Amino acid sequence: MGKGEILPFFLENRQIVTPGDLLAEGDYLAGNNTYRQDARIYASRLGLVEYKGRLIQVVALNTFYVPSIGDQVIGKIVEINLHGWTVNINSPYMANLKASEALDRPFKPQRDELSDFLDIGDLILAKVISFDRTRDPSLTIREPELGKITYGQIIRVSPAKIPRIIGRKGSMITMLKKETRCNITVGQNGLIAISSRSREDEKMALLAIRKIEEEAHTLGLTDRVTEMLRKERGDVV
Amino acid sequence: MSLGTVLVSEEGIRKDGRKLNELRPMKLEVGILSNADGSAYVEQGKNKILAAVYGPREVHPRHLALPDRAVLQCRYHMAPFSVEERKSPAPSRREVELSKVIREALEPAVFLEKFPRTSIDVFIEVLQADGGTRCAGVTVASLALADAGIPMRDLVAACAAGKAGGHLVLDLNDLEDKEGEADVPVAYMPNYGAVALLQMDGLLTIEEFKQTMDLALEGCKQVYGLQKEALKAKYLAVRAEVEEVEEE
Repeated sequence: MGKGEILPFFLENRQIVTPGDLLAEGDYLAGNNTYRQDARIYASRLGLVEYKGRLIQVVALNTFYVPSIGDQVIGKIVEINLHGWTVNINSPYMANLKASEALDRPFKPQRDELSDFLDIGDLILAKVISFDRTRDPSLTIREPELGKITYGQIIRVSPAKIPRIIGRKGSMITMLKKETRCNITVGQNGLIAISSRSREDEKMALLAIRKIEEEAHTLGLTDRVTEMLRKERGDVV
Repeated sequence: MSLGTVLVSEEGIRKDGRKLNELRPMKLEVGILSNADGSAYVEQGKNKILAAVYGPREVHPRHLALPDRAVLQCRYHMAPFSVEERKSPAPSRREVELSKVIREALEPAVFLEKFPRTSIDVFIEVLQADGGTRCAGVTVASLALADAGIPMRDLVAACAAGKAGGHLVLDLNDLEDKEGEADVPVAYMPNYGAVALLQMDGLLTIEEFKQTMDLALEGCKQVYGLQKEALKAKYLAVRAEVEEVEEE
């Protein structure tokens, strides 16, 4: 990677940038949260700039969830329609869950009462199966680990922090599960389900996730969180 | 000039002690409302203004939604206690106009085409007014938009310039606005190099107008610097705190 040998860029890696900041000029690729104006690349969100060879991107500090096909999300049923449900997935768009994507047999409106399966206020773990700019996203729960969430706690974080909570190749989430002995299910839309037999463990997981959220833009976070959890447990045990 | 108040002294000092090209002291804060998706607060001299942003979210009523982009809805409102004489809380003609003007100043900055069929709602609440609230409103609203994580081409910084007591002055306060000869509010996107709002009230020669415009743009650039600082402040504080612990 001939990093910046011929092409100028203007900031250090991981420096905080604001919308409109000039990031680079020349033959670069405009990545996430940036935009190109002629030969120049600018930031479009508040975040940390990253130069990866020719690719320039900004890791946003706050975003909202925009659905993407294949994402696992946690949603809440808000409406029952003729052939399915309307689900709030914490995004600008309401999602649809068709009855045929929830039942494992053909759906007959004259026989099946939808509220027997999922009622208003129920929480579900689902997967996005379609979305584009002309239509609202649609979901499915016809996969083994998907479906209604019946116990545990749900917490909400900014969707921008989700990659940090998962960590590189899942390092952070694996550590969290191990250290707190909780089942943690992360929805890409910023909702996280935590469940465990012990309230104390759930509390620890919550504490850890709040810390990650707060310090998402700093380095060496996984180690600091591990340390915090061990210290906390030392007090409890 | 002999009749009215002396707005600018012989030494070129204004009533409130400022120089001709000096902004009022300005304090900007970001993320102060927990229920809004994005929020900001500004104090500029005696102006105190709060802005909250919600969205992108579903449009209500539904028929307002656009198939190819988001709608930006903007409400500029003055609190009944924001001025000396109680102001009726119902939106006045002036507030409706300012809502539109501010919306049109913000629209070019936001990537509305990325979020079709949604609405982005901006609420600007003037808690205390002392002239130049439309500019401060634009400044604080664009901060709230950035805080909400809405993609933008640039921050919009706004500042007025004009003529008072026979001198060209920057950032007019209420008195200078009312007693002065002219007021030119300007909103500007410095990195993008585009003027987003330009109005004029009063009389200026073409030459004076050009100078006033330059003065206002210079003011906008100063405001822009403060905006950037305010946005970064929250995160830099956390980072500094964490790194301090690291070093121990």
